[in-house]
Amino acid sequence: MSPRRPLLSLAGVSKRYATGTLALNGIDLTIMPGDFIALLGPSGCGKSTLLRLIAGLTAPSGGTMEWPTTTHDAGGEAERDIGFVFQEPTLMPWASVIRNVALPLELAGMKRREAEERAAEWIARVDLKGFEKAYPRALSGGMRMRVSIARALVTRPRILLMDEPFAALDEITRFRLNNDLVQLWAQERFTVIFVTHSVFESVYLAERIVVMAPRPGRIAEEVRITAPAERGEEFRTSPEYAAQCRTVSHALSSAMGGAHE
Amino acid sequence: MSESTEAAPAVGFFGEGPWLRILAPTLLALLFLGAWEMMVRVREIPPYILPGPIAIWQTLLRDWASLSVSLLITLKITFMALSVAAILGLALAILFAQSRIIELSLFPFAVILQVTPIVAIAPLIIIWVDDIAISLLICAWIVAFFPILSNTTVGLNSADHNLKDLFKLYRASRWQVLTRLLLPSALPYFLAGLRISGGLALIGAIVAEFVAGTGGSASGLAYRILEAGYQLQIPRMFAALVLVSATGIAIFLALSLLTHLLLRNWHESAMGRGDRR
Repeated sequence: MSPRRPLLSLAGVSKRYATGTLALNGIDLTIMPGDFIALLGPSGCGKSTLLRLIAGLTAPSGGTMEWPTTTHDAGGEAERDIGFVFQEPTLMPWASVIRNVALPLELAGMKRREAEERAAEWIARVDLKGFEKAYPRALSGGMRMRVSIARALVTRPRILLMDEPFAALDEITRFRLNNDLVQLWAQERFTVIFVTHSVFESVYLAERIVVMAPRPGRIAEEVRITAPAERGEEFRTSPEYAAQCRTVSHALSSAMGGAHE
Repeated sequence: MSESTEAAPAVGFFGEGPWLRILAPTLLALLFLGAWEMMVRVREIPPYILPGPIAIWQTLLRDWASLSVSLLITLKITFMALSVAAILGLALAILFAQSRIIELSLFPFAVILQVTPIVAIAPLIIIWVDDIAISLLICAWIVAFFPILSNTTVGLNSADHNLKDLFKLYRASRWQVLTRLLLPSALPYFLAGLRISGGLALIGAIVAEFVAGTGGSASGLAYRILEAGYQLQIPRMFAALVLVSATGIAIFLALSLLTHLLLRNWHESAMGRGDRR
């Protein structure tokens, strides 16, 4: 038995929608604990669908998905401890920041006081201390996204799934959230799967970039990023960063070239 | 962090500044009443054709003892009908949200109830139901019920689909989804329905009283209007009419205030202009 077992392996996974569209075909992917994987590709390549499959929000039409290290409950469904960050912050507008962040814990049956204590810790960790009682509408887009991240991490999930979380934010806010995410990941070492259509963002954040091609959605290529453990603003302006962006960019355009545009 | 929040300015619950909202219609009303009184006096119109506002006000004060009893009766029927409509409307909407088959089977009948003119079926209800107060209550309820049911049904179906996914991801129970997601999402819609139904319950009660034409001591404002009409006590008729209108306005204001208090922290509809992002 190898010392490190994968967190999740997908073999020949496909997804066909009720309309007949083949959204994903022949996906083989092995995710190791602690990986930071970016799913990169043009719109329509099924990267969000793949994320929803991993989250269990939709079922695959073919292939196998295995979670080797997780125990199965009576229903045969794995307890996978997943955190999910949507494209939109997806907060409950009627609930304050702390009530929003405490939600996953309370849904799991934790007492309100204990849940709010844990939520407060995570609100502080995403730099929102002092905004516990604020309602989402009083926050900026970047702050709402921080709340969303805190809510996804409050259950201490083993895998964090992010679906183009920063796409709607301005560049300055996006850079700051990128830095904060890399820092959180360096401290906590949870597994991250990050969907993006930005080459620059994927190279800055991820260790493994899975380049996807459209129609039908499939994996075209995987690129490994070599970067200092502590990524920061210096990395963003370094020649290695630029070189790796070029590599990934080429991989993406050859993946696109294979499609019928 | 550079991201910051702005303090929300205090704004009246109808939007706009509070002054213009109150001052403009008040001035217009005074102007109208003044012109009315002038016309009645200059042209010497007899009170049994058109009484002036001052005469109506004097009648209202003089007959307050009997009118206030009628007002209370009408108010009681209106509020009971509105409460039953709110509870049943909400309960049925929740049932619809749980099962599409129930919704598809029952909703057409709710529509039939809504589109049938209450004036046409009120006589039947009054014949069928022995107790006159209960038949009035049923008439008012029929009119008030539908806006709450249809609005709340829309509200329960309008919950953010990403939030639904989130609840699914955390394996929330049906009960948790209902109480923590669907009901809060539906609250603004329910309250909008309640505001419409508040006025309709009053109209339903008045219409039913007209049809029933109840005599005796326990009669509402509509009967006072009918009675005054028969006796050509036109100022008294107007006084009762003023009370009906005032009641309608009071119900609307009270429900608007309730909406504002419940939604001011989070919903667009309860926020003033310049307070939005």
